[in-house]
Amino acid sequence: MSALTETPMQRERAKTIYEKSKPGRRAAVLPDAGVPERPLEELIPAHLLRSEPPRLPEIAEPEIVRHYNRLSRRNFDLDSGLYPLGSCTMKHNPRLNERVAALPGHARLHPAQDPKRAQGALELMWLLQQSLSEICGLPHVSLQPSAGSHGELAGLLLTRAYHADRGEERTRVLAPDTSHGTNPASVTMAGYEVVKVATDERGGVEMDDLRAKIAEDPDQIACLMLTNPNTLGLFDENIAEIASLIHEAGGTLYYDGANLNAVMGQSRPGDMGFDIVHLNLHKSFSQPHGGGGPGAGPIAVSDRIEPFLPRPQVVRRESDNGGGPSFDLEFDRPQSIGRLRGFQGNFGVFVRSYAYILSLGADGLAEASETAVLNANYLKARLAEGRAGERLPVAFERHCMHEFVLSGKSMKKELGLATLDLAKRLLDYGFHPPTVYFPLLVDEALMVEPTETETKESLDAFADAIEQILIEAESDPEIAKQAPYTTPVRRLDEVRATRRPVVRQPLGD
Amino acid sequence: MTRYTSATEDDRAEMLAAIGVESAAELFAQIPEPLRLGRSLAIPDGLSEAEVFERLAALASRNADAESQVCFVGAGMYDHYVPAIVDAITQRSEFLTPYTPYQPEISQGGLQVMFEFQTAMSELTGLPVSNAGLYEGPSSVASAGYLAIGATKRRRFVVSRGVHPHSRETLATYSQGYGAEIVEVGLEGGLTDAAALAAAVDGETAAVFLQSPNFLGAVEDVEALGAAAKQHGALLIVACDPMTLGVLRPPGECGADIALGEGQPLGNRLDFGGPSFGFFCASEEQIRRMPGRIAGETEDVDGRRGFVLALQTREQHIRREKATNNICTAQALNALGAMVHLAWLGRHGFRELGELLVRRTAYARQRLAAVEGVELLHEAPVAREFAVRLDAPVAAVLEHCAERGIAAGYPLGHEYPEYEDGLLVAVTERRTRAQIDDLADAIGGAIAGHHAHGAFVAGTVEPAATRGSFSTDGVQKAPQAGGVA
Repeated sequence: MSALTETPMQRERAKTIYEKSKPGRRAAVLPDAGVPERPLEELIPAHLLRSEPPRLPEIAEPEIVRHYNRLSRRNFDLDSGLYPLGSCTMKHNPRLNERVAALPGHARLHPAQDPKRAQGALELMWLLQQSLSEICGLPHVSLQPSAGSHGELAGLLLTRAYHADRGEERTRVLAPDTSHGTNPASVTMAGYEVVKVATDERGGVEMDDLRAKIAEDPDQIACLMLTNPNTLGLFDENIAEIASLIHEAGGTLYYDGANLNAVMGQSRPGDMGFDIVHLNLHKSFSQPHGGGGPGAGPIAVSDRIEPFLPRPQVVRRESDNGGGPSFDLEFDRPQSIGRLRGFQGNFGVFVRSYAYILSLGADGLAEASETAVLNANYLKARLAEGRAGERLPVAFERHCMHEFVLSGKSMKKELGLATLDLAKRLLDYGFHPPTVYFPLLVDEALMVEPTETETKESLDAFADAIEQILIEAESDPEIAKQAPYTTPVRRLDEVRATRRPVVRQPLGD
Repeated sequence: MTRYTSATEDDRAEMLAAIGVESAAELFAQIPEPLRLGRSLAIPDGLSEAEVFERLAALASRNADAESQVCFVGAGMYDHYVPAIVDAITQRSEFLTPYTPYQPEISQGGLQVMFEFQTAMSELTGLPVSNAGLYEGPSSVASAGYLAIGATKRRRFVVSRGVHPHSRETLATYSQGYGAEIVEVGLEGGLTDAAALAAAVDGETAAVFLQSPNFLGAVEDVEALGAAAKQHGALLIVACDPMTLGVLRPPGECGADIALGEGQPLGNRLDFGGPSFGFFCASEEQIRRMPGRIAGETEDVDGRRGFVLALQTREQHIRREKATNNICTAQALNALGAMVHLAWLGRHGFRELGELLVRRTAYARQRLAAVEGVELLHEAPVAREFAVRLDAPVAAVLEHCAERGIAAGYPLGHEYPEYEDGLLVAVTERRTRAQIDDLADAIGGAIAGHHAHGAFVAGTVEPAATRGSFSTDGVQKAPQAGGVA
């Protein structure tokens, strides 16, 4: 099938802001310096000065606004429709949270403000720590890590410090073959070797393989990194035994909190035996994803890990003269692994996440997870009907938690449609596709996470779209194989972008 | 309390029937019974939107922010004016709510912003390659260390004491993991000790880390200092303040292999420290070792221009344990704020702003140096921040100023015990001449008060009767303000 007629967006060739620049135009009017206009060379030696200003665009404000508004329309976003990206928890981003984060007392607070003049901010951080501690079932929290991957690195450095304190140096970190790519990448950055553990026929950790990998050299096992529910959306029923095996070997148990949205108020990683947990505030706690950040990746830890937490740590001090408590930043932590970043962390994200927790409360959090699991199982049931059930079977047939994984193997074999083709055709139907080709152990994988904030109607519409695409493919698979048609651009040459990368705009004088 | 969900009782019943279970509890049966919480979390009940707002507003009101205080604090994050269009654009759903652009056909807006941002940062730093952003400044420094080890197969870093203390500490934290030794080189007259640096660099050095302007505000001669790195095949890694790059010679022209830093001054609010973004630019040679997302230009099947995530084979989701870094985020929304701010400033506005900062900083430095009991901590050239020594306890002076609505600066003693009497003062385009004069008066008053009444305990309030007269309207000038036209 050939391309349909071009859409208005497609007729508009992408033009960068530099290509709209014209000498002599400008937007900013700066205040007068109000001080002597001394030549710069008098203040800074000439050889340290720049000769020509950087070639930033020259453009007036109305056209800047138009340019970025136009670009915004070339994005699909969560506020426009279903975004069932597995492992990403694309839940609604409440606008209340944006409003409270923008209050000057938050937004214009300098991070080096004296703690006694930042009591509101420190109390908010402390309250968030308390909430996250209760949700995780672990007594101590550091809010410092900037994202999930940063939390992972923190967890591994904590593991290293914990073992070093016991006079041990261990070298191996276990991770299931279904783990997120960040897990092994963090392991290498933390100076460990990653050892893969197989998955059993129910989608959990293969216990015999785990025992064998531990038995190879128990003294070298530093840690096991696990997501539970795992990336197949399945709760690992053997978690208690896994925890005791790792603890017997002397290792720590690390919880990748990417999938916490399944278990808030239902089950707690600390109770499962985990020592260290990271949480993605941009997933379970509604911080907007921003097209690829910002987020935050706080960690919660057990007592034995606590001495090594990053510094500074937010602490509450009781008054000794009958006054109220006060809040402070504690730097004097001699066993700490040290800082992971500047200042105290992504405070703006903390404000939004704390507002979210205040809004939902204990029962609301439990209800959110319950509805997330209900929505996922419903969508899974809908996709088990009709052609989808035949061509896109679920990889592991059991109730799922907040997400599930389908295999496009039969679709590819019988219809000649790869998972990628289905994903691209979904774009024409106005849906963001699920995560594709992950986890790696499922052939032609599609990982679907609808979240609790989707309606039954939107889940039905998504299932209907998949059915329609499969029907269409029976008569003409080329339709999906050439898709998409209606998007601002069609399939892009990604190979070229890697072989001969063009990563900036060439600029003339 | 139900919030942000839509499932009615009827919906639930229909959904449960379709799944083939009686209740949602059955779906949770896969969690072994002893691991089910079986109670409500010990977290208060949910609140209405209005109540949440009031609760958060009450907390916010207990912070002294840059609206209620005149802020001369910098140390890596600065109270710049963020133009209104930055908020308007970054709050658009289409930029605020998508995920990382894994599906480029429906993410052209975000990808093109990344491409434009990379171009801008490349222009600012004078290096050909930029990524789309990292978490923030200090962790970008640590990521550069990881790159340097991969590039040189060496494991020793030589780091100037002028590099931000948070960056040095973060580098040390990461080094516990990837295994690197850190050799610190001290400062002389506010600048990196060139002889000590040259002596510290050898054939085992993976990278030399400098910062310019350095933490004390001094503009370093990066090219001269970097010669030692070049000579021994070590990478030259330079942290810089992007707001100064309209006037200061860019690191790329000074021989830097990598230029990076904290991006907050560009289009991002203070937010008590984050979120902001880190920028990371490098020579062509390092492109396949870069951390983070990089957008690249390409074409679609019909020959239309488009953008994609380029060089993904460096990244964790493809390379797993062999990835160049574990990072996923590009702080895309924060980088968008920076790009809009830079477009708004434009080629000439950006330079003019840099000039304004240099001139106002020169004025503030001269004005403070003229105050009795204040002397310059160093005489090296500065751009937007400078350090002074106070002849009174710094904490007491800060407290005195704070009571007059001024956040006077960043005390150096905590991280530089050798400058126990040191104060770092930062200037932005928001700090007027009148405010600078007030600062000088307040500091002068604090020091005079200290000497007149003996050493008062740091942090205590001077009795009101002894305060003397201070400007409250920002117009009163101290007599020692002479010499300024």
